[in-house]
Amino acid sequence: MAENLKFRNPELAQNIASKIKSLAPKAGKTKICHVCGTHEWTITHFGLRSLLPQNVEVIAGPGCPVCIVPAAEIDEAVQLAQKGIVVTCFGDVLRVPGSKMSLLEAKAAGADVRIVYAVSDAVEMAKHEPGKQFVFFAVGFETTAPSTAVEALGNPPKNLSFLVSHRLIPPAMELLLGVGDLEIDGFIAPGHVSAIIGLKPYELFPRVYRMPTVVAGFEPIDVLMSIYMIVKQHSEGTAKLENEYPRVVKPEGNPKALEMMKEAFTVTGGNWRGIGRLPDSALQLRESLADFDARLKFNVHVEQGKDILLGCECHLVIIGKIKPAQCPMFMKACTPEKPVGACMVSSEGTCRVWAKNVAIQV
Amino acid sequence: MNIDGTKANVDFGQGVLREVNVSIVEAKVGEYVLVHEAYAIQVIEEKEALETLSLWNSILEATPQ
Repeated sequence: MAENLKFRNPELAQNIASKIKSLAPKAGKTKICHVCGTHEWTITHFGLRSLLPQNVEVIAGPGCPVCIVPAAEIDEAVQLAQKGIVVTCFGDVLRVPGSKMSLLEAKAAGADVRIVYAVSDAVEMAKHEPGKQFVFFAVGFETTAPSTAVEALGNPPKNLSFLVSHRLIPPAMELLLGVGDLEIDGFIAPGHVSAIIGLKPYELFPRVYRMPTVVAGFEPIDVLMSIYMIVKQHSEGTAKLENEYPRVVKPEGNPKALEMMKEAFTVTGGNWRGIGRLPDSALQLRESLADFDARLKFNVHVEQGKDILLGCECHLVIIGKIKPAQCPMFMKACTPEKPVGACMVSSEGTCRVWAKNVAIQV
Repeated sequence: MNIDGTKANVDFGQGVLREVNVSIVEAKVGEYVLVHEAYAIQVIEEKEALETLSLWNSILEATPQ
């Protein structure tokens, strides 16, 4: 379908870029923040920043669900693995640094850590090996949380439990507005998180913060179009919530997914790597599912971890305050082959996206 | 391609088939779904997609240079 619909049409891209340029003088400085690793990939991979006038800047916020998992929760997963429990996780999570070691290092030291494509793989593994205890390390934003909910509510095997590290995006966006010198003028909201949560959670940004907010898809034309829509609002001095991605995002989101999330989880405060504790930003299993909560089942709880190593600037990259190239370690001590910080580990991390796509351009 | 309870066999294009969990969407055989880590999270509507493109074109044409 995408091919037929020309969501990557260069002429259309040039056309939108020229519209942005024509509005730019009236808009003045326009700093746009997105909060999705896949948006950063689209922007850097297709070189979209090179199409923008100087006064229109796009920065990457905390949009990588793997990067923001605090070290303390990696430590919990490592502890579980060291207890002889099979820890299953997404591939990206394996190399994220904990306070002492990553899950990959725990695996190298003999622990049974396995990569899965989805939580359903962990369910199948647990069914096939009933003699072993399995934990699924549930990392991800609202896009991923419903799949954990489906399995947690779907009568999972008794030898499977969940180490839930899900986080919610709107509280992180709100945090960015409180970072004084960041001075954001508009938000690109993440399309696939929005496919689940719908438009309502973003309403406060235009209403309370006068922040133009546009939900966008992931093709280059989608992202360019959302930039145009924000620049246009900014030039007119308006602040609205608009949906550029109606082919996937419905105003109400996905009610069935939201219902299951509500049934499986409660919302609580949670730590974000490089950011700190954000109220009402994390999910935890409800008491009715306590038997499947790995923290309770195996009594692991790490309060504080070592999130940022000396010299690593992940905490500034994560909130969009600096670009990866401004970190002294970028592509020197910290590379995709040998990452130091979490932003270089995940394929959605800003540093890794830059390393793979624009290291030369900066 | 086909649906059996909560599991569907989905054609990812270019010959790639994979089992996908469709328990949180109302998908019918022949429709496009957005798949995130083996779970369909939304049905993609071709009509909406076509409308988006025509909307873009109309917005761009209507804006004075």
